[in-house]
Amino acid sequence: MSVCLKGGRLIDPVNGRDEVADLLIYDGRIAGGSAQGPRRVIDVSGLVICPGLIDLRARVREPGAEHKATLASETAAALAGGVTTFCCPPDTSPPIDTAASAQWLNDRARALGGARVIPLGALTRELGGTTLADMAALMRAGCGGVSNGPRAIKDTRVLRHALEYAAGLGITVFLQPEDPWLAHQGVVHEGEVATRLGLAGIPATAETIALARDLMLIEQTGVRAHVMGLSAARSLPLLREAQARGVPVTADTAAHQLHLIDEDIGFFDTHCHVRPPLRAAADRAALREAVRDGTLSVICSDHQPHEPDAKRVVFSDSEPGISAFETLLPLTLRLAADGILPVTAALHRITAGPAAVLGLSNQGLAAGAVADLCVFDPDEEWTPSAQTWTSRGLNTPFLGQTLRGRVVMTLIGGEIRHQSRALPGSPQT
Amino acid sequence: MTVDIEEALARMTDGLRALAARRPLLIGVLTGGAWVAERLHSRLALSEPLGNLDISFYRDDFSRVGMNPQVKPSHLPIGIDGRHVVLIDDVLHTGRTVRAALNELFDYGRPASIALAVLIERDGRELPIQPDIVGVRMRLAAHEHVKLTGPDPLGIKIMEKTD
Amino acid sequence: MIGDIQVDAQGRRRHFLSTEGMSADTILGILDTAESFISVGEREIKKVPLLRGKTIVNLFFEASTRTRTTFEIAGKRLSADIININTSVSATQKGESLLDTVRNLEAMHTDLFVVRHPLSGAADLIARSVPDHVHVVNAGDGRHAHPTQGLLDMFTIRRYKNDFARLKVAIVGDILHSRVARSQIHALTALGTQEVRVIGPRSLLPAAIERLGVRAFTDLDEGLHGADVIIMLRLQTERMNSALIPGAREYFDLYGLTPRRLRQARPDAIVMHPGPMNRGIEIDSSVADGPQSVILPQVTNGIAVRMAILARLAGATASEPKTP
Repeated sequence: MSVCLKGGRLIDPVNGRDEVADLLIYDGRIAGGSAQGPRRVIDVSGLVICPGLIDLRARVREPGAEHKATLASETAAALAGGVTTFCCPPDTSPPIDTAASAQWLNDRARALGGARVIPLGALTRELGGTTLADMAALMRAGCGGVSNGPRAIKDTRVLRHALEYAAGLGITVFLQPEDPWLAHQGVVHEGEVATRLGLAGIPATAETIALARDLMLIEQTGVRAHVMGLSAARSLPLLREAQARGVPVTADTAAHQLHLIDEDIGFFDTHCHVRPPLRAAADRAALREAVRDGTLSVICSDHQPHEPDAKRVVFSDSEPGISAFETLLPLTLRLAADGILPVTAALHRITAGPAAVLGLSNQGLAAGAVADLCVFDPDEEWTPSAQTWTSRGLNTPFLGQTLRGRVVMTLIGGEIRHQSRALPGSPQT
Repeated sequence: MTVDIEEALARMTDGLRALAARRPLLIGVLTGGAWVAERLHSRLALSEPLGNLDISFYRDDFSRVGMNPQVKPSHLPIGIDGRHVVLIDDVLHTGRTVRAALNELFDYGRPASIALAVLIERDGRELPIQPDIVGVRMRLAAHEHVKLTGPDPLGIKIMEKTD
Repeated sequence: MIGDIQVDAQGRRRHFLSTEGMSADTILGILDTAESFISVGEREIKKVPLLRGKTIVNLFFEASTRTRTTFEIAGKRLSADIININTSVSATQKGESLLDTVRNLEAMHTDLFVVRHPLSGAADLIARSVPDHVHVVNAGDGRHAHPTQGLLDMFTIRRYKNDFARLKVAIVGDILHSRVARSQIHALTALGTQEVRVIGPRSLLPAAIERLGVRAFTDLDEGLHGADVIIMLRLQTERMNSALIPGAREYFDLYGLTPRRLRQARPDAIVMHPGPMNRGIEIDSSVADGPQSVILPQVTNGIAVRMAILARLAGATASEPKTP
């Protein structure tokens, strides 16, 4: 059976296509021309069809923190956010540092049949930063790359060898730059807000110094690397300079960093407690510019669901992170609405950009591509609330705010896995 | 209704003269009562210093209306233990202000006696409190409110209650 | 973004968490009320019946003799019933038990909490969780705020110096970790102080401190020059162990207030210290006990100012003027 999505606006960031046309799906793939056999026609006029979103960083809290969320709840949340593939960092409990644990996650995700899950394996054993994890075995078990997650590798020699080893095997390393000594006990950006509220600050140099070190070692080892979650304006010239010289490095920022700043913490709003911290308006402006010019080729959700009690505590005791799968698309569309970059380019940062980092085949909406699709209403206004939310974690600073753009349907391999409203459709022959 | 304040003050002065032998301490309730007390003090040419009381901390409607932001310190220049006190207010209406003032006075000591002198006694008592010396008596409707304006010159204003 | 909750939608003050955003009229109103309570404290019977029947819980997660005692005396002089609960954060390691503790006490019909906690934002968190009729007074939270101390310092300054618009006030020491300094700065700027200065080693001056409306100095003599009011802050000895400053001797050399240093200020300058003092580390004994010191009157004033704040919250209050 084939499916025809009729009358939608196709936006294909890979092939630079933006037009109203019918999209035909046959046997899980996008079909060119006319497919044979019985057809189901779904009227998607007024809606946008783009490739399914790919999210490089999302915590599902399994294994180890099932009181916050589960793989089942969060793969459903991913689908509700239009995300068809996402990466799980290895900082679970226990960490993903063996082939068995990566395999377990893959098997479980496949059995659940939600979004596609790509684990990131550990770079060092137990993320301890002293001995290397079995990277080749992790990759064979289905990991998309290796990473030490948020746990800094303090010993530069260990990091050097880890990168060398990965380089030799052609493995992509995901690095989150933060100098643990400068970050110390900090919980917010070091600046006026930290000073006003009496909260310990994390200086921008905690990021730039670690990034400079990482870039030097990436260049020296020649490893293919992806830098996660940049937040500081001063990081971007470093990154630009490295990219200009051909260092094989890409980078992302979290969607919330493009919209929120430290002032949004107001009076101790723990929902704005994130790591790296929300920084100043100038940092946000620089991040937006870097997203526009492609220095940052990826926007990720950095989805981190929490139970309510994790946020109903004193700010410095609260756990950092935002439940963000379901706001990734509207926040990315807002960049286009704000005139930062065209909508096609904005969608590129959450589809083709991350696909390239993961080395996934990247055909967009071309014929023959796997039909992982996101169908969204670009004009629907909605408000995150317990009623409109799928993730187990309702920890978002966007709660109660009006967002524009909502996922209507998510397809994986041509199958509708999520649908938020009825669409006129009928089986036809 | 017109009130001759000078006449009322003269009447009060006469009343107070009868107590002169007891060397009374005059204590006015802030703000209007203190103005009246000042006039009487100078008419009588008393040697004893004048005191005044701010009863804000003793009001019985505190939990309903809250702290009076214009509260002033009470000032009793000499001890009241064993002394004859004349408490002076501008208007005696419900009696609640006098109740509060009596309570406050007893936190300063144990006077030998307390007499109450008021410029205007009106109807509407809610407590068993009666004046010993009165300047003038008035009958007003329940919705009316009489207020002393001052300090110089003293005047009387009758207003409709706003609440 | 969540906003300030100290004042409700009708403009009534429900909590006393920070001096930030407080208008000059609000502050001066509290100071005026405190003047009246000073005279109550000088009477034979130092009690007024204002808060008769109200229950105040002093909830202290951090040791403090002076602040707790002055709140206790303040509450008792207002005829409230006071319960002291001293606990350590280790006993309630997790934040949810902080709110649980509060909920339990609330169930005992507490009208007002006075909270001291080692973490910034603790009083704010509690204020957001209590029902409408319950009030919270912040008696110090982490590095964030100590508003009652801030106001009593304003009270002391006003008693000696009157017009804030003509004053240069210097706050000296560990500004980075000082909740007292933050509360003083907000109050001083709200009152239109001519110049507020902070003086200390760069490593103890917080980032962007100038944005709070102060001038920052690292040289003590320069910062004290022409000052009318000098406020010395306590230096915690653990700052030396965490590489923020070298040691006590060098600190005293550079930032200790000695008679010689004091001569940089105006001859009629007053010297304050929120206590407890480290003699010989931030202040020389001859200055602490000298004629320009108003450190002990600060303590006396603390009771009256806290009475004014408790009375302000516990009775239904008229609306406050909005900050412009």
